[in-house]
Amino acid sequence: MLETYWDPVWLTLKLALLTTTVLLMVGTPIAWWLARSRHWSRQPIAAMVALPLVLPPTVLGFYLLLVLGPNGWVGQLTQSMGLGLLPFTFEGLVVASVLYSLPFTVQPLQNAFEAISEGFLEAAATLRAGPVDRFFFVVIPLARNGFITASVLTFAHTIGEFGVILMIGGNIPGETKVLSVAIYDHVESLEYTQAHWLSAGMVAFSFIVLVTLYALNGRTRMGAFR
Amino acid sequence: MTTPNIHARFSCTYPDFNLNVDVSMPGSGITALFGASGCGKTTLLRCMAGLQKTDGHLSVLGDIWQSDTHFTPVHQRPLAYVFQETHLFPHLSVHKNLTFGQRRVADRDRKITIEEAVSWLGLESLMARMPSGLSGGERQRVAIARALLTSPRLLLMDEPLSALDQPSKQDILPYLERLRDHLAIPILYVSHSVNEVARLANHIVMMKHGRIVAQGPLQETLARVDQPFQLEDEAGIIVQATLDEIDTRWHLARFRFDGGELWLRQDERLNVGEKARIQVLARDVSIALSPHRDQSIQNLLQAQVDQVETDVSPGTTLVRLMAGNTPFLARLTSRSAAQLGLAPGQSVWLQIKSVALVD
Repeated sequence: MLETYWDPVWLTLKLALLTTTVLLMVGTPIAWWLARSRHWSRQPIAAMVALPLVLPPTVLGFYLLLVLGPNGWVGQLTQSMGLGLLPFTFEGLVVASVLYSLPFTVQPLQNAFEAISEGFLEAAATLRAGPVDRFFFVVIPLARNGFITASVLTFAHTIGEFGVILMIGGNIPGETKVLSVAIYDHVESLEYTQAHWLSAGMVAFSFIVLVTLYALNGRTRMGAFR
Repeated sequence: MTTPNIHARFSCTYPDFNLNVDVSMPGSGITALFGASGCGKTTLLRCMAGLQKTDGHLSVLGDIWQSDTHFTPVHQRPLAYVFQETHLFPHLSVHKNLTFGQRRVADRDRKITIEEAVSWLGLESLMARMPSGLSGGERQRVAIARALLTSPRLLLMDEPLSALDQPSKQDILPYLERLRDHLAIPILYVSHSVNEVARLANHIVMMKHGRIVAQGPLQETLARVDQPFQLEDEAGIIVQATLDEIDTRWHLARFRFDGGELWLRQDERLNVGEKARIQVLARDVSIALSPHRDQSIQNLLQAQVDQVETDVSPGTTLVRLMAGNTPFLARLTSRSAAQLGLAPGQSVWLQIKSVALVD
């Protein structure tokens, strides 16, 4: 009984942690490129990255279901690689979460990168630091607040997602049944006590996360990314 | 074998101006890149550093850094660059800023130790501080030391003093003079201040509208009657002199130079035997055909007229004279020049109303 009660919580944390990790690796180069490039495709790509902010999660979930499904091109690719199909698996959730939370990683990082004066990079270059060296020893430390904001927001946003998960993951205990879905389930079955515990826990968690974020990052403007 | 030096050729087109230079500069001492703001001197410096990519050719002390087929990236060039805004890393302490470049240079190429750099620039008490807690002058000294610690073969300085107030400038200038006299590497120094150039430079390159309009050794070039530097009221020459005697009764100091002696007000900072640069402005020099002792001017020098040229401003004439091997400039009204009948080769007396140590 206790086990099933905590299952969705662990699953949610695992999903959020994995999504945040993947997104920091994927989102950092995208954000760097968006912050520094003058290429014509910068605006369209920035818009694509921001799409999950404005689209209903069901739209994203619907297309993911099609693309990752047995007739979608990604689905056929994963099948031919012997990975099977992603929808209704934990891995599928990670893929969906990464796409859904992308702007929450990229936008704070992009803002932080744009705020770094080109002069610091030029100074580092004249001090013998090559491009990769400059990124790790100048850009990352100077964008520290951006990385904290991006990680916390991505983590929190992944925990709060519902629509995309329902579309692509369904409701498989231990595999895709995350917190938000579990609460929905409890309410559907009129188990209000359990729904209360989980919901109150989410409210408290989200509040603590945001308070921590504001405290850590007091001087950067939150308005810039929502 | 030719003496190793610096040769730069760059041409590029920008919406607002074109850079078009082809210049050789000495491989030692301070070369001042001088000109009004917007003349392209900073752009030239950035092109030489590789911070700005343009078509061109650059060789430094025998190494080719850029050619039609080759471009050495900035971080692989053995140069150091001091920026006007310092660009100290705000997340690192002074000590870590200093070692940032040094750590990236191979051991065998490190010629300047951290102790040397710290003592040259007087940073002993600042090492643990963060850049945000430093004054403008302190920041610039840290930036210079940080640059030197890469043991560069060429030091580029982009108006390092222009963002500072007058007292901070006065603080830093002696450090720069010390570097000029102790470092064996060439320094390119961008400036629009005649005073800084007069005090620091050995060689001067004048730029205008992205082109080089004149260049040469400082003393000779400042003394040209065609005045390529268009200093107008500030036109004048520099005398390299040695302090010979201090007259404590009258608070005067006698300086000896190649061509005579000059008396200046005593300056506590200088001791007998030390070298100094003395500036004599053309407007402070008048000419007499015979020595007049019955007058207030203390500095009288015998000299020979070398060139007489009509000045840029109407009604005035610029006269170049030689006292020994030292050139002087005198600005006269054209009428007095005609009345004296000045002609090259003529022996005359210079009456110098005012002389000053350059600082």
